[in-house]
Amino acid sequence: MATRTKEQAASRYQKLGLSEQDLLSMHRTMVTARLCDEAQFRLNRQGKAPFVVPVSGHEGCQIGSAWPYRKSHDVFVPYYRDMGVCLVAGMTPRDVFLGVFGKRDDPSSSGRQMPAHWGSRCLGIVTGSSPIATQIPHAAGIAYAITYRGEDAVVGCWFGDGATSEGDWHEGLNFSGIHRLPVVWYCENNMYAISVPLSKQMAVKDVAERGPAYGFEGIVVDGNDVLGCYEASRAAVERAREGRGPTLIEMKTYRFHPHTSDDDRTYRSREEVEEAKRKDPIVLFGNYLKELGLADDGELERLRSELKEQVDAEVEAAWNASDPSPEEALNHVFSQGESNEQRVGRTTGRAGSGEAPGDASILETTGSEASPAEPPSESPSESPR
Amino acid sequence: MTEKNVVQTIHDTLWDAMKDDDRVLILGEDVGARGGVFRATAGFLDEFGERRVIDTPLAESSIVGVAIGMAMHGLLPVAEIQFADFIHPAFDQLVSEAARIRYRTAGDWHCPLVVRAPYGGGVHGALYHSQSIEAFYGHVPGLKVVVPSTPYDVKGLLLAAINDPDPVMFLEHKKTYRLIKGEVPDEPYQVPIGKAEVKREGEDLSVISYGLMLHHSLEAAGRLQEEEGFSAEVVDVRTIAPLDKETILDSVRKTSKALVLYEDNRTYGAGAEISATIAEELMLDMDAPVMRVGGPDIPAMPFATPMEHFYMPDAEHVYQHMKELAKF
Ligand SMILES: Cc1ncc(C[n+]2csc(CCOP(=O)(O)OP(=O)(O)O)c2C)c(N)n1
Ligand SMILES: [Mg+2]
Repeated sequence: MATRTKEQAASRYQKLGLSEQDLLSMHRTMVTARLCDEAQFRLNRQGKAPFVVPVSGHEGCQIGSAWPYRKSHDVFVPYYRDMGVCLVAGMTPRDVFLGVFGKRDDPSSSGRQMPAHWGSRCLGIVTGSSPIATQIPHAAGIAYAITYRGEDAVVGCWFGDGATSEGDWHEGLNFSGIHRLPVVWYCENNMYAISVPLSKQMAVKDVAERGPAYGFEGIVVDGNDVLGCYEASRAAVERAREGRGPTLIEMKTYRFHPHTSDDDRTYRSREEVEEAKRKDPIVLFGNYLKELGLADDGELERLRSELKEQVDAEVEAAWNASDPSPEEALNHVFSQGESNEQRVGRTTGRAGSGEAPGDASILETTGSEASPAEPPSESPSESPR
Repeated sequence: MTEKNVVQTIHDTLWDAMKDDDRVLILGEDVGARGGVFRATAGFLDEFGERRVIDTPLAESSIVGVAIGMAMHGLLPVAEIQFADFIHPAFDQLVSEAARIRYRTAGDWHCPLVVRAPYGGGVHGALYHSQSIEAFYGHVPGLKVVVPSTPYDVKGLLLAAINDPDPVMFLEHKKTYRLIKGEVPDEPYQVPIGKAEVKREGEDLSVISYGLMLHHSLEAAGRLQEEEGFSAEVVDVRTIAPLDKETILDSVRKTSKALVLYEDNRTYGAGAEISATIAEELMLDMDAPVMRVGGPDIPAMPFATPMEHFYMPDAEHVYQHMKELAKF
């Protein structure tokens, strides 16, 4: 490694079809996620944020795996830890903190759900709940609908290692294998489900072993290596888009903070946590940028303070945003007089899927004619503010 | 107009809905080649193909969960749970997911899903093929629960359910499938969800019921008129949730006596809510306490004929209660 030349180092990202700009945006997004995490923990200690879900440690696997998706076209089905996935999908730090504070303009739920229960129809982020793994069959159903409607979108679905023990997880993957659906399954394996270690969660070494049991490939990647996650994800997304079915990608990683705003000292040692932090995905990626000559320590530090200032301003703005009124709790139990006969606009409402789904023509065009994936240079290149 | 039984009506209505709108598709166990264990989707596979008539794996939670995903992405899935007794693994998907998707996103997402489930006893189905499940779901705001009892209402409510932008549980009493026949218009029409209906007008007492019990009340009401000269009004609840309190209260206001009749275990059943509503609103107008008749509080319906009959109120049983209340 130490002897690798700049050119050798560069060939890695170039082979992946990424530009220098892409690398810098990915890095920026990872740092933004980390800073949002630090800010929400500060707010938690100040008593301003009753509940937070940390992302720190998962930035590499989240940003890397989500990066190949076509924003506002593909469908993201995240779980609570996926702030990084949602930032890639188009959420902003402002959105994150509107949720943390339960404000009316919280895009996920208008202050109804706990923070980190992501959702936004216009960004293609499917609403999630608290019960673990219930989103897995939803992802399969959405992928079925995508094929049925002849769209070329792909569904990405993220979950933890604990989630893989739930019945819904097995049922959803099984369904996706039977119908060879355009969905990619991502396990963010951080070795714990709250306190329960992997050895008590499953008898197999890798979650990925289960892919073949459902008729598709399972892959293990280093979740702290953002480009490795990107590479595996991009290949799987392409396969899915070409109608070649699902893939299970297991990303081995670690969470640096407690499970939520709680305490982790009863079940893991400080040494273990410190050891894991030596493989901090942000540090590793920063080192790579330095190796490429794209940044030096001073620049990385400047970027961090610049982004921190921005995040702090967003926290402030979100804090000052309006609260929902008490009576708003009564709204949105049922639709008010709508019907499914209004065909236009009954879709997921995102760009490129606005056609009337009742057209008979839908039945004639299936996913087998799906167009190939966008070239990677058209991956998200704007970092979230 | 064509005379049909209940299950034929379900079949024909689904068929027409599938013909009319290719967003509608069917998923469940044995719905394809077998045409459903009750034959509700017989012939569908040949006509609509396996992309629209999906024989799912034997996994109820994902039947509902996958249908939720489809519904969130522009389709109008009609999921069949083979027997209502087997819906319990899907409870979480229905209660935590389908019912809350609109609410938890303040209307950003919604979930136009229909879940059909044959329920009810009297068919020697014993503990696991006889159950009533309406109370579990009637308790959950965000779910609509309909219980049509006549072929006319089956068609109108099924089309309304498919047209509804929110999740609807469509519960079919399986004993009525072949027992109950009626005239059904050939053209499409909808019966509004959330509206009860007076199925027989009367002056002396109101019987509030649904499902198989509705038919027992109608039979008993005829006999009560003939043998005792009392005229009973029979209200068909039709929708468990949201409950049409107005129609029920209007009837009881008129007759001042109410018999609430349901097949489910009596305690915490849907009839408990109806009885409480009447008591709360009309206590001082009543000529008798609300009478409530439901199944016994045993875990489920036994198999042997004497015990099954003991569980299920029949027309004779209903008649005796109506007479008692009329004479109060
Ligand atoms: C059905 C269900 N059971 C229990 C819980 C409580 N719970 C919340 S998160 C969690 C652990 C999940 O671990 P994992 O899937 O590995 O994800 P991680 O938090 O490690 O990212 C548990 C048990 C829940 N939310 N839902
Ligand atoms: Mg975990």
